[in-house]
Amino acid sequence: MIKEYKTIKEIASPLMVVDQVQGVTYDELAEIELPNGEVRRCKVLEVNKDRAVVQLFESAQGINLAQTKVRFLGHPLELAVSEDMLGRVFNGMGKPIDGGPDVLAEAYRDINGLPMNPAARAYPAEFIQTGVSTIDGLNTLVRGQKLPIFSASGLPHAALAAQIARQAKVLGDGENFAVVFAAVGITFEESEYFINDFKRTGAIDRTVVFSNLANDPAVERIATPRMALTAAEYLAFEKDMQVLVIITDITNYAEALREVSAAKKEVPGRRGYPGYLYTDLATMYERAGRRIGSKGSITMIPILTMPEDDKTHPIPDLTGYITEGQIILSRDLHRKGIMPPVDVLPSLSRLKDKGIGVGKTREDHAGTMNQLFAAYSRGKDAKELMTILGEAALSDDDKLFAKFADEFEKLYVNQGNSTNRSIEETLDLGWKLLSILPRAELKRIKPEYIEKYMK
Amino acid sequence: MSGTITKVSGPLVVATGLADANVSDVVRVGSQRLIGEILNMTGDNASIQVYEETSGVGPGAVVESTGMPMSVELGPGMLENIYDGIQRPLPEIREMVGSTISRGVDVPALNREKIWEFVPVAKVGDKLQAGDVLGTVQETSAILHKIMVPPQLSGTVVSIEAGSFTVTQTVAVLEAEDGVKHELTMMQKWPVRINRPYAKKFMPSRPMNSGQRIVDTLFPIAKGGTAAVPGPFGSGKTVVQHQLAKWSDVDIVVYIGCGERGNEMTDVLMEFPELTDPRNGEPLMKRTVLIANTSDMPVAAREASIYTGITIAEYFRDMGYDVAVLADSTSRWAEALREMSGRLEEMPGEEGYPAYLASRIAQFYERAGCVECLGSDERRGSVTAIGAVSPPGGDISEPVSQATMRIVKVFWALDSSLAYARHFPAINWLTSYSLYVDTLAPWYNEQFGEVYMTNRDKAMHILQEENELQEIVRLVGQDALSAADRLTMETAKMLREDFLQQNAFVDEDAYSSYGKQFELMNLILSYDEMSRAALDKGVPMKKLFEIEAKEKIGRAKMVAPDKYKEEFAQILSQMKAQIEEVIAGGEEV
Repeated sequence: MIKEYKTIKEIASPLMVVDQVQGVTYDELAEIELPNGEVRRCKVLEVNKDRAVVQLFESAQGINLAQTKVRFLGHPLELAVSEDMLGRVFNGMGKPIDGGPDVLAEAYRDINGLPMNPAARAYPAEFIQTGVSTIDGLNTLVRGQKLPIFSASGLPHAALAAQIARQAKVLGDGENFAVVFAAVGITFEESEYFINDFKRTGAIDRTVVFSNLANDPAVERIATPRMALTAAEYLAFEKDMQVLVIITDITNYAEALREVSAAKKEVPGRRGYPGYLYTDLATMYERAGRRIGSKGSITMIPILTMPEDDKTHPIPDLTGYITEGQIILSRDLHRKGIMPPVDVLPSLSRLKDKGIGVGKTREDHAGTMNQLFAAYSRGKDAKELMTILGEAALSDDDKLFAKFADEFEKLYVNQGNSTNRSIEETLDLGWKLLSILPRAELKRIKPEYIEKYMK
Repeated sequence: MSGTITKVSGPLVVATGLADANVSDVVRVGSQRLIGEILNMTGDNASIQVYEETSGVGPGAVVESTGMPMSVELGPGMLENIYDGIQRPLPEIREMVGSTISRGVDVPALNREKIWEFVPVAKVGDKLQAGDVLGTVQETSAILHKIMVPPQLSGTVVSIEAGSFTVTQTVAVLEAEDGVKHELTMMQKWPVRINRPYAKKFMPSRPMNSGQRIVDTLFPIAKGGTAAVPGPFGSGKTVVQHQLAKWSDVDIVVYIGCGERGNEMTDVLMEFPELTDPRNGEPLMKRTVLIANTSDMPVAAREASIYTGITIAEYFRDMGYDVAVLADSTSRWAEALREMSGRLEEMPGEEGYPAYLASRIAQFYERAGCVECLGSDERRGSVTAIGAVSPPGGDISEPVSQATMRIVKVFWALDSSLAYARHFPAINWLTSYSLYVDTLAPWYNEQFGEVYMTNRDKAMHILQEENELQEIVRLVGQDALSAADRLTMETAKMLREDFLQQNAFVDEDAYSSYGKQFELMNLILSYDEMSRAALDKGVPMKKLFEIEAKEKIGRAKMVAPDKYKEEFAQILSQMKAQIEEVIAGGEEV
């Protein structure tokens, strides 16, 4: 039997203290019934003898110490999951907001999920062709990977993420795919951009949207990405779908977490974010992956905006330590009009080595990839030297490298938002650019591949 | 003995009624029997850190003390296995509960049903002391597991039996001096937070061969030494750790994945059985123990994982083996300490870390070392500890890096700018150091002659000089340099690209023997020497840079391990001929 308490002692949004409770457990979900009949939700953060500290998922407005009732539900926050979620739009707490009926639950799942046994993971190794050269050729995405986009205000991360969602496919495979899109504290316009793109390409029927917009309660954002991942896990591991999860924007999520942490008066870590930010982010990001014995997969593309374009800010920094690489967007390239403005050198895909090569992409992929990176890096150094000392100060080789760097940005990186390049096109373009350089400098490619592919 | 929960706050639980329990005792919490450990006692209130998610636990639930401190089971069956932070076998958990780790799973660390072939070494009537070998078990094709008399026990063998046993069956009976008979099994238990005892500690004197050129030649680590690998994300910390785990010439590797990515552990699990040890041809997995407490697994067990790992390492060391412990990453372990400290409402030190952070780090690394083991045969073993550090933003002024640097002797500093240029391993040769260079020099001199270390110093000098010259080039351009300086820059570039860079994903290059390292270094330095002599004779620099042999040096590291001797000799003689040709060609017109 569920008891009702009218013993709220203290409200300091987003926290609330309830007294004289019994049988309440940690992390339990509770409902708050306002005097006007409205019901809101909260969860238990700490329980000390008969006192429970709960965290509201919505605003505290209108809660009244004397008349408001609290009911503890005896289970953690759950999401009703079903295959029928595809094509639907939910709010940040998992309630339908598209005017349709409630989803008929096939199961209820704790939104926190459970840690995946490392011995049960299947290593991600299937190449995903995104049609974007800087990703396919240099920072290859594989199925089951978590590859964030590090962006900053004013940069076109939404366009790149939408392009990936639109073009991504596994070669020679017509399997069941789905997109789970979580809007976390972003604007209506940004969210609508994605949804319109999904509609335009017909992907909307295969998409589940969880939408917490900028004017929705900030604390709700702590639940939104977990709702999305719970839905994704269900579709991937119980319905064998290939799920692409896009979460935007993680920065808003971390700020909501900081807000709750500050309210709890916890000792802050760097820049006021809680010390457990790493662990907290990890419990979300690590839900991506593949499992032995399951056909489905979760590939995750979280998007975050770096405050002040600073990669060492705690949010991008801790994200980079957990995710399997990162795609970094560059303001300089964006200013030059290069689309998508992927900053190739600091970008990285940690899982690329297992996803490329014979039988996956092409035998020359690894060598040309390393050579392009090294050559572009040297070319950029040369160009920097040139701006200080003038072109005359460069050696003949360095001049070629500088030329290479320019051409690389112009042809390889700058492909626009609608070009969908096959992996062969990407690799051939790489060879074309490498032909600018003297042959003796191509140390990272096996000589036989140079013979075979250099035109 | 049991108590009642009064407070739950994340992984911290406070229970009352446990006045008789000891600090560090393991307890079972709630109806799900979650595993926890007592941290503090006030009156009869105990603060407990729970190693599993505490969702659904509340006041009133029962806490039961086991009366035992947090311990590991030591015996046959650990090799090739993968454990979580508190030594629960993950493959068995998978069989029991599926792909995810649900709570309260109770599986013994060592398989109770598995039969091992025990071969006695001691005989009835032998007087044995602690650490003496009772018998052996061929645990894997690579490793002979020695069953030892547990520490603090000695006596006369009353009976000992050859045959097939499980780890819980008695294999020998020992009568102590006081007449008490002890039945010994192949399994021992040891509390993880206490060092396993040894007879004597020594200064490390032999290098650990890692097959990594920058490590073995420039910044060597001794067997029994300590090292740290700090670096920002994306600089290749994990690849460096994996390379060391793969190629180090130790008998046993304990790899602790502490708060890191799940897929990295899967990678090790998939890859190690396929790779073979270059020394004995056995699969690398046969000598490896994995501890995986990934970042999504409970934070308190992450704190324990480091101790679980090093205790297992000490146990193998006690058999007389050389063991390497690789911990990736100690920063995540420190964060777990910080989180528990915060929940305990302790006064924080720097950046919220507890004031005892530095002493905990020091205690961990000090468990490494070269020792004479317990036992009358005076065998020697070593534990080498290598920890990755993940400083926020790559800034090593933070407390974990600083506390680590104060204790470790080798520092392989990873550099993101090298990683961006795809120079791997991205170990910066200017900021890294090894305090073992002097201690290990006698060993190198004895094996390869003094020229090995002289070459090393020469190479370091050239790299240093390049750094200074680069400053000048940045200010006034390359033309301002003299021909000799240009040559130094060129040699340094060869050292960087043709020697220090090593591709972990290419078979020929992933492991480089001492011989190959030495010859390769020799090629580059010979080029430098001969060219310098030629420059003195007024030969144009450009022609020297264009000789064909130089390009061959660039590809020399890719030569197969069994062919390098002939091929390198060939390159050397070609180089000589070509430089002489250039000299004969005379001065530039």
